[in-house]
Amino acid sequence: MPAQIIETNTHPVSRVEVDPITLDIVENALRNARAEMDAVLFRTAMSPGIREQHDAFPMIANQEGKMVVGQFGSFLYGFINGYDGTIEDGDIFITNDPYSCNGAVSHLNDWLLMMPIFHDGRLVSWSAMFGHMTDVGGKVPGSLPTDAKMIYEEGLIIPPTKIYRKGELADDVFNIMLANSRVPEWNKSDFLAIIASLRLAERRVRENIERFGVDTYISAMWDMLDRNKQAMGAIIQMIIPDGEHKAHFEDWIDDDGMGAGPYKIACTLWREGDKAIFDFEGSDPQSLSSINFLLNEEMFKMFFGAFTINLFDPQILFNDGFYELVDVRIPEGSILKPKKPAALSCRTHMLGRIFDLMGGLLGQGAPDALNAAGFSDSPHFMYSGYGKDGEWYQLFQIGFGGIPGRPAGDGADGHSLWPAFTNVPNEFLEAYFPLRIREYATIADSGGAGLHRGGNGITIAYEMLEPGEISIHDDRWLTYPWGVNGGEPGMRSTKTLVRVDGSRENIPAKCDRVHVEPGDMLYFNTWGGGGWGDPFERDPELVALDVRRGLVTREGAKRYGVVIGRDNQVEKKETKKLRAQMSERRGEKLLFDRGFTSIDELKKRSKVETGFEPPADPVFSRFREAAE
Amino acid sequence: MDDLIRLYEKRLSDLEARISELDKDLRGDTRSPASSTSTAAATTTALTPVRQASAGLRLGVDVGGTFTDLLLLDEKNGRTFTAKVPSTPEDSSIGVLNGIEKICRQADIAQSDIAEVMHGTTVATNTVLTGSGATVGLVTTKGYRDTLQIARSYVPGGLGGWVIWNKSEPLAALEHTIEADERIDAQGDVLVPLDEAALETDLKKLRDSGIEALTVSLFNAYANGAHEQRIAEIARRILPGIPVSLSSEVIPEMYEYERTETTVVNSYVRPVVSKYVDNLQNELKSKMGDVKLHILRSDGGLSSASAAMDSPVNLLMSGPAGGVAGALWIAKRAGHKNLLTFDMGGTSTDVALIENGVAQTRRETRVADVTVRAPSIDVRTVGAGGGSIAYVPELTKALRVGPQSAGATPGPAAYAKGGDEPTVTDANVVLGYLPATSKLGGDMTIDRDLAVKAVSKVADALGVPLEKAAEGIVDIVNENMCGALRLVSVEQGYDPRDFALIGFGGAGPLHANALAGLINAWPAIIPPGPGVLCAYGDATTRLRNEASQTIVSPLAELEPAEVNRTLHTLEQKAAADLAAEGVGQDKQDVFYQIDMRYTGQGMKLTVDMTPEEFTREGLEGTARRFDAMHEKLFTFALDAGHELVGLRAVVQGAEKPFVGKDYGHAGTDAGAARVQTTQIYSGGQWYDAVIYDRAKLQTGNRVEGPAIVVEMDSTTLIQPAHVGVIDEVGNILIWPEGQEG
Repeated sequence: MPAQIIETNTHPVSRVEVDPITLDIVENALRNARAEMDAVLFRTAMSPGIREQHDAFPMIANQEGKMVVGQFGSFLYGFINGYDGTIEDGDIFITNDPYSCNGAVSHLNDWLLMMPIFHDGRLVSWSAMFGHMTDVGGKVPGSLPTDAKMIYEEGLIIPPTKIYRKGELADDVFNIMLANSRVPEWNKSDFLAIIASLRLAERRVRENIERFGVDTYISAMWDMLDRNKQAMGAIIQMIIPDGEHKAHFEDWIDDDGMGAGPYKIACTLWREGDKAIFDFEGSDPQSLSSINFLLNEEMFKMFFGAFTINLFDPQILFNDGFYELVDVRIPEGSILKPKKPAALSCRTHMLGRIFDLMGGLLGQGAPDALNAAGFSDSPHFMYSGYGKDGEWYQLFQIGFGGIPGRPAGDGADGHSLWPAFTNVPNEFLEAYFPLRIREYATIADSGGAGLHRGGNGITIAYEMLEPGEISIHDDRWLTYPWGVNGGEPGMRSTKTLVRVDGSRENIPAKCDRVHVEPGDMLYFNTWGGGGWGDPFERDPELVALDVRRGLVTREGAKRYGVVIGRDNQVEKKETKKLRAQMSERRGEKLLFDRGFTSIDELKKRSKVETGFEPPADPVFSRFREAAE
Repeated sequence: MDDLIRLYEKRLSDLEARISELDKDLRGDTRSPASSTSTAAATTTALTPVRQASAGLRLGVDVGGTFTDLLLLDEKNGRTFTAKVPSTPEDSSIGVLNGIEKICRQADIAQSDIAEVMHGTTVATNTVLTGSGATVGLVTTKGYRDTLQIARSYVPGGLGGWVIWNKSEPLAALEHTIEADERIDAQGDVLVPLDEAALETDLKKLRDSGIEALTVSLFNAYANGAHEQRIAEIARRILPGIPVSLSSEVIPEMYEYERTETTVVNSYVRPVVSKYVDNLQNELKSKMGDVKLHILRSDGGLSSASAAMDSPVNLLMSGPAGGVAGALWIAKRAGHKNLLTFDMGGTSTDVALIENGVAQTRRETRVADVTVRAPSIDVRTVGAGGGSIAYVPELTKALRVGPQSAGATPGPAAYAKGGDEPTVTDANVVLGYLPATSKLGGDMTIDRDLAVKAVSKVADALGVPLEKAAEGIVDIVNENMCGALRLVSVEQGYDPRDFALIGFGGAGPLHANALAGLINAWPAIIPPGPGVLCAYGDATTRLRNEASQTIVSPLAELEPAEVNRTLHTLEQKAAADLAAEGVGQDKQDVFYQIDMRYTGQGMKLTVDMTPEEFTREGLEGTARRFDAMHEKLFTFALDAGHELVGLRAVVQGAEKPFVGKDYGHAGTDAGAARVQTTQIYSGGQWYDAVIYDRAKLQTGNRVEGPAIVVEMDSTTLIQPAHVGVIDEVGNILIWPEGQEG
C-alpha cells in the first residue's frame, strides 16, 4: 500500500509552458542548492569518512520522488510506494535497511534520510541524502565484517522510520540508533549535519517557488526530466546495439574472503525500439559471505546515464527523466539481488566492478570511446587496538589506484574513480595513529602499457608502532584490470607483511584481524589501470619521459617496444627494430586484453604468480534452488 | 582521538612558539620577515612597518591586464588624483613609472614628494595562470617523491568525471625531484639523520638539469625544520644563485601535499616576482630617493618589498585584495559597513563579503587549479565575465554560458577584433545596455551588427527571437555569478538582505542592478571610477597588527581570569608594535578573536568580541555566542562540550579622516547630465531609455530607470522600475523604485 500524502491544499498544480531560458535558470538554481548542501555537510560533519573522504550524497527530487539533481538518487519513488503510513509536512524519514528499500542504500553503514518539502500545504519536492556512518554496531569495529554470513551480524537495522514527526525529533528512536554505535558522537553530528543540509534544500526550493511560482517551478522540473529523456534517448540510439548485435560482457570479483571465487557478473545489452535493455542473466548466485551487492535497478540506470552523458554535455543537471527508456533485469538470488538475510557489508568491490562491466559493455559498439578497466574499488585498510595509555585507536582508510588509459589520455597515477573522494594525508595519520608511513609512492610499470598509459597503483608502507589488529578488504589480486584496443592489463594488487624479525608473508586480499606487533611493516600495493590503444604507437619520447620520471622502468619501456639507453634517452634504431619484432609476434590487436584465456587457466597460474592457492569454485546450489 | 588532537595541538603550539622565537631573532634581518608574516604562529606579529610620509603623499598603484591605475592621496590637503595608463605586460614596471610621471604632472608635485608606494600586483597570479614560472627542483623525504603526482587523489566532476579529466602537470616535475635520505617523526624527533653525501650528489644532478628555483619540503618538517635548513645550506653552496624555499618557513603546517604544493608555488613564482619587485624598487629609488615600496598581500595586509620577494606565494590574490580594500574604503565613506563586493571583468568575476567593515579571510588561496595554503581575503571567483561565450549543446538544447571566454583577443564580436562567438558583452550590446555610442577605455568602438550576428547563432539554435536569446545569456551569466555570491553569503550564514552590493570592474556596473535584485541586496553601489577602485584600495589599506596564541583545551577546564590575562597580554603586544610604527594608543581599535569548536569537530569558528564584551560575558558568554553562530551557519547547535582552539588580539590603526572631491549639490533633476535617448530591452520588452554622462551627475540627482550612465571606463545600467541616486561622495546608489533608503 502506498504512503498517504497529507496535503492541506488540494488545489492541483498545473503544468505550464516554461521558456527555455527560465528552465536553464531553475536548473542553475537547483545546481547551486545542491552545491550548498554539500558545503554545509562537509563543514559540520564530525566523522573523517564524511568530513575528509566525502562519503555522502545529496539529491533534490520532484514531488513524485524523481531525482532532478544529485547522484545517487532514484529511490524515493519506491519508498513512497512501499511506505505504509502518512507523509506530512515536517516529517523526515530514515532507513539503512537495503532489503526494505530495494537496495537504495546497499549496506547498513549508509543512513538514508528523506524529507518531503511542502509549500503552501502542498507536497512540491523531496530532498534526500545518505551518508556513510563510521560504525553502526555489529560484530567488528567499523561494521564491515568480511566473514558475516547474515546481515544481522553487520549492525543495527533501521527499517523506514519517521525520525522527525511534524518537525519533532523522535528522541527515543534516535537514542536506540546511537546506543548501538561504537562512535555515537560522530553519528549524531553526521546525522544533524545531514538534517541541516536537507533543511537548506527545503529553503532553496521554497525560494524558487516564491521566485517563479509553483506551477512554473514544478513544470520546470518536469521539463528538466524531459530534457534528460530526450538527450538520453538520442544517446541510446547512438550507442546501444540493436537486438541482432547484442553486446555481452563479464567481469569478476576474485574471492569472497572465505576461500571461494571468482564470482562472475555478466550482462547482455541491446535495444528494443527506443528502450535499452541490461540483462544480468548469467551472473553468479549470491555468496555465503558479505560481498553481495544488492543493486537497485534505478541506481544502475543512473550509473549508466551519468557515465555516458558526461561525454555529451558535462554541464547538464543529470536526473531521472530517462528511466523508462532503460530496462534493467537482475535475476533473483544472484549476487546482485541476494535474498534476505544475506550479508551485504563488503559490497564495495562489486559496486566498483559494476563500472568496469558497464565500460566494457558500452564500449564494444564504440571502441574509440571505450575506456580500459580502472581502479574499480575502494579497498579498505583497518588498524585498531589499544595504545600505550590503554586508549582504543581505530583507523579506517580507503586506498587509491590507477585511473585507466582513456580516449582522453593517460590515466592519473594513484587517484580515485569516485567523485569527491580524497586521501588522508600521511602526516595526519602519523600524528593521530601509532603508525609511520615509510613510503607513499606510485608503483612503476603497474599501469598497463598502451598508446595512453594506465595510471600506476600506489604502494603504502605502514610501519606499526603498537600491537594491534589489521583488516584488509581488497580485490583484483587474481584477475587483472584489463586493457583495451591493444592496450595491456595493469598490474594486480599485492599485500606483503614484513615482520620485525625479517620474515615475509603474503597477505590475502580479504582478511580480518591479522595480529601485528610494533615494527611490523605492511606493504599495501594497489592495482594499476589498464592501458588504452596500441603501446607500439606511443611516442617513444613520452615513454622516455615516464622513465626519467620513475613512472616506467627501463625494462618496463620494452612493453612499449621502446629501448631506453643508460642515459634515459630513446635508442631510436633499437626501438624501431624491437617494435617491428613485437608487433609481428603479437599479430591482431585485442579489443579486450584480460591477461588470461579462461578462469580455469588463470587458477592454474595462481600459486606461482600470486603465492596463493586458487580459490575454490563457489557453491551455489542452495541459492539457485531458493531463487527458483 | 580527542586526546590525540589535543596532543597534536599542543605540539603545534610549542612549535609555533619556537618559530616565534626564531622570528624575533631574525627580525633584524630585513630579508627574512617572510615567515613571520605568512604564518599564523603563536604570538608572532604580522606587522609591516610603514614610515610616515614626510610630505604626506601616498600612492596606490594597481597593475591590471589592460590598464595600470594610480591614485595619489594628499592627506594633509585632502586631495586625490587618479591616472590611468596602458599596462606594459612585457615589463609592468615601465607602465608603473609612466603612470607615476603622469600623476605627478597632474598634481604638480615632484616625484620625490611621494613617501610611500602601495602596490597591488597580479604578477604572481599571471605567472601561475600563464604557466610562465621557473623550472622548480624539489627535494622530498625518501619515499615521498610522488607527493605532487598523487596529490590528494581527488578527481573533479561527478560520477564518471575521470573519463574526461586530464590531470595537469605538477609545477615541480618528477624528473626534477630528488629524495633526501632522512626522516623526522611527528613529534619532530630525528629518526634517520640526513645523508649529506648522497644529497650533494643528487643536488649536482639537479644543477645540471637546469632548475631555476629549489623547494625543500620534507615529511613532518612542520614539526622540525632542521633538516630543511641544513639542505638549504648545502644547496646554496652547490646551486649558487638559485633561490631556495623551505616548507618549514613558507608554511609550517601539517599535511604534506598542501605544504609541498604551497612551497613549490612559492619557488615557481619567485624568480619572476623577485625580478619585478627588485627592478621596481630600484627604479623608484633612483627617481624618488628614500621611498618605501609596499606590496599588498592576498590577505589584505601590506608586505615590505623584501618579504614579498621571499614569500611571493602570499601575493597570489594581491590584485583582488586591492579591489576589496577599495570597495571597503568607498563604501565606508558612503556609510555602508556590510557589503558584498562584485568585481566583474572580461573572463572572471570575483566576489567577497565584508561584514562590519572587515573582509572575510580564509587560510587558502586558489588560482585556476592551483590551491595553496596561504591566507587570503575570501574572494570567490567564477569563470563568468563579459567575454564568456554562450553556446547551445546539440543534444540537450540547453543554453550554456562560459566558462570558455573570448578573452582579450579575439574578444567579443562587438569589438570587431575578429571574434565571432556570442559573448555576454555581445548580449549586452544587443539589449542596448552597451550603446554603440559608449566608449570603452576611451578608444574602443562597439559594432552592434557584429554582436547581432554572433548572438543570432544562439537564437537560431534555441529557436527564440534575438532579444530573447540575448536576455537569456545575460540572465544565465547573472545566475552563475549569483551562485558565487551565495557561497560567500548565505552559505556562510549571512543574509544578503543585510548587505549592499558594490559593483565594479569593467562589467560590474552593467550587471550590479540585476545581481542585487537576484539576491535582494540593496542598494547596488556603483563607485565613481569603478575601474580604479583597486588603486584606492592599495592606497588606503589600514595598518593592522595581531598577536595570537594557540591554546587547545576544553572550556570547562579553563580559568576565565587566566584567559582574560592572556588576551590582555596579546593586546598589549600587538598594540605596542603598532605604536612603534607611529599609531598612538588613542588611535587604535582593538578586538578579540576566540577560535572555538565542539569537542571532536574538525572545523572551528571565530567569535569576535571587544575587550569590554569579553570582560562582561566571560567564557560562558563566548560559548553562547559560538552556539548562536553555529546555529546560524548550520541550523543546529550541539549539547557537546566546547573546546577553545586559539586566542587572538587584533589592533587596527584608526582611519584617517579624509575630505574627498565635492560632488556638488543639486536637486533631484538629473537633466543636466542627459546625453541622448536610446532603447533597451528588458523583461521581454523594449523601453525608451536615457543615456547620462556620469561626469555631470551631482549629489542628490535621481536617475530614473531605465537608464544608462556612461563614463570613461565603464557603463552602468539602471533597470526599469529602479532609480539611481547620487550620494555625497559621488556613488550611484541603485534602488528599486519606492524603496530608496
